[in-house]
Amino acid sequence: MSMNNQGRPTQPDMAEGTVKTFTGNRALMLEEPLIFEIGAAEETGVDFEDVPETESRLGGLERNQPIGLVGLSEPETVRHYTRLSRMNYAIDLGLFPLGSCTMKHNPRLNERVARMKGFADIHPLQPVDSVQGALEVIHDLGEWLCKLTGMPAVAMSPKAGAHGELCGILAIRSALEARGDAREVILVPESAHGTNPATAAFAGYRVEDIPATPEGRVDLAALEERLGSDVAGVMITNPNTCGLFEPDMKRISDAVHAAGGLVYCDGANFNAIVGRVRPGDLGIDAMHINLHKTFSTPHGGGGPGSGPVVFSEALAPYAPLPFVEKQGDHYVLIEEETAEDHHASSFGRMVAFHGQMGMFTRALAYMMSHGADGLKQVAEDAVLNANYLLRSLEDVLDAPFGASGPCMHEALFSDKGFAEGFTTLDLAKALIDEGYHPMTMYFPLVVHGAMLVEPTETESKDALDQFIGALRSVVERAKAGDETMHGAPVHAPRRRLDETAAARKPILVWQEPEQAEAAE
Amino acid sequence: MARYFTEEHEWIDVDGDHATIGITDYAQEQLGDIVFVEVPESGAMLEKGGEAAVVESVKAASDVYAPVSGEVTEGNDALVDEPALVNSSPEEEGWFFRMTLSDADELEGLMDAKAYKAFVDSL
Repeated sequence: MSMNNQGRPTQPDMAEGTVKTFTGNRALMLEEPLIFEIGAAEETGVDFEDVPETESRLGGLERNQPIGLVGLSEPETVRHYTRLSRMNYAIDLGLFPLGSCTMKHNPRLNERVARMKGFADIHPLQPVDSVQGALEVIHDLGEWLCKLTGMPAVAMSPKAGAHGELCGILAIRSALEARGDAREVILVPESAHGTNPATAAFAGYRVEDIPATPEGRVDLAALEERLGSDVAGVMITNPNTCGLFEPDMKRISDAVHAAGGLVYCDGANFNAIVGRVRPGDLGIDAMHINLHKTFSTPHGGGGPGSGPVVFSEALAPYAPLPFVEKQGDHYVLIEEETAEDHHASSFGRMVAFHGQMGMFTRALAYMMSHGADGLKQVAEDAVLNANYLLRSLEDVLDAPFGASGPCMHEALFSDKGFAEGFTTLDLAKALIDEGYHPMTMYFPLVVHGAMLVEPTETESKDALDQFIGALRSVVERAKAGDETMHGAPVHAPRRRLDETAAARKPILVWQEPEQAEAAE
Repeated sequence: MARYFTEEHEWIDVDGDHATIGITDYAQEQLGDIVFVEVPESGAMLEKGGEAAVVESVKAASDVYAPVSGEVTEGNDALVDEPALVNSSPEEEGWFFRMTLSDADELEGLMDAKAYKAFVDSL
């Protein structure tokens, strides 16, 4: 078989003393070419009768040449994607330490509930009388979220974290415009999630940074000094991306409110405080909750996100439609036609329908199976696991905020102390050889060569100890200047990608080998 | 001609009321391989400290700030096709844009080469 390796990295190294196989396969690790290299345009898994000639209604826009997609038979297709899937890493395979991502176990009970016919086979345009159970799920989940956050209102429709951020900032904009107050600036601390400034800019605000203190928290004095009549609000991540709780949160909120602004809290790290801290008590006006993180619905390639937003009294009237309301023992969908007198100030709509129904059922199943005490223990165990990692590694790995007290759900390290020429990237690649997905790298930006590790509460002590052992081993290699690390990963299906070339000269479309060679 | 530096790691060469701006060798080193650069168009009005250009590396995307106020006279289009110039020649061929100075007093408070070196060493 001739392989077209245009721009693709080399295959993994053969272990010493082994023979290169004819196929390139290594026992259960199977080589798999691109679908374009094995398929053919004239091949198909399904035979259709010749399509009868019909009159085109496309007004000259019909395709006038073949699209060039290749076909495979059904067994070839199944094998192709199954082989590719075996090169993937997943939470069901092992610990997934991505920081600020909360890659926790997705309980199978959730999946069972989501697949119940009454939830799985319904359509958003069905008459509401025929989907009362589904509306009850949306309503009850919203009540749980309000209760857990201490906030009076919730918008269920935003479809992921950043979408929730936009929802919250649009509500802030609407509230300010309603009082005739056109403010222009959103303040974002350095320890906030990277999506926060992007959201504020997308909503039409000018973004200004607020520096972090040497302890990795928001510089309250700098924030207070910057507040003024042009500041619409702040977007703050708590716990922040340094893995630390912001103990001044209430004072920050009070200062922002006193200056006429509103407070958005990025709730992506809610896993660390669920059941322990109610953001409503901290003066927060809007916060998104990632059901796909804190409430265990699958994500990161495994499923869609879902980012409901809770609101304070001040912002509740501006929340987007639709809402589910309980009237007597009947659930009603409040939309444009039915909103009438209440929700007249709603800023509009974030999505066509009601949100990620499949995530609602899973999240509610998770909450109800854990109960209030179980959710509280989630936060406790998540924080305990992260601190166990932090303290087990700080003798070999630089922990820039190790002296700032216990961390929350994630531990932050840096590559300080590695041998000259060895970086976080080398460590991350070596971790792939150890069979782990790398942690979050080079974020937060306030720490040089950052590594952000979030183990989550669903890892056992044995699993943590094994991960710590792997990490200690690669850290020691990086400190000793082990040159083989620059070539890592060695055992993965592909060697280290040339990220620079991929970004500078991306190859976005597959080309015939002759064309690719001609282009070089 | 005099060269000044900012705490945000831009350099500025001043020649009368004209200036050339880029990012320092230290900045490119920290950013790693530069993969994308967006320079301002000529005619754009810049304010001291305001966003002027964008530089993106494999690690991060960063803003480049205007060290002084004035009007852009030329962006370095060579960087669009060859962003690697910022890595190979940050303080010469890898310049970002040229501009006029609307207020020469704004140069006060910028660092000279010696002060910038001391600043970088302190980081």
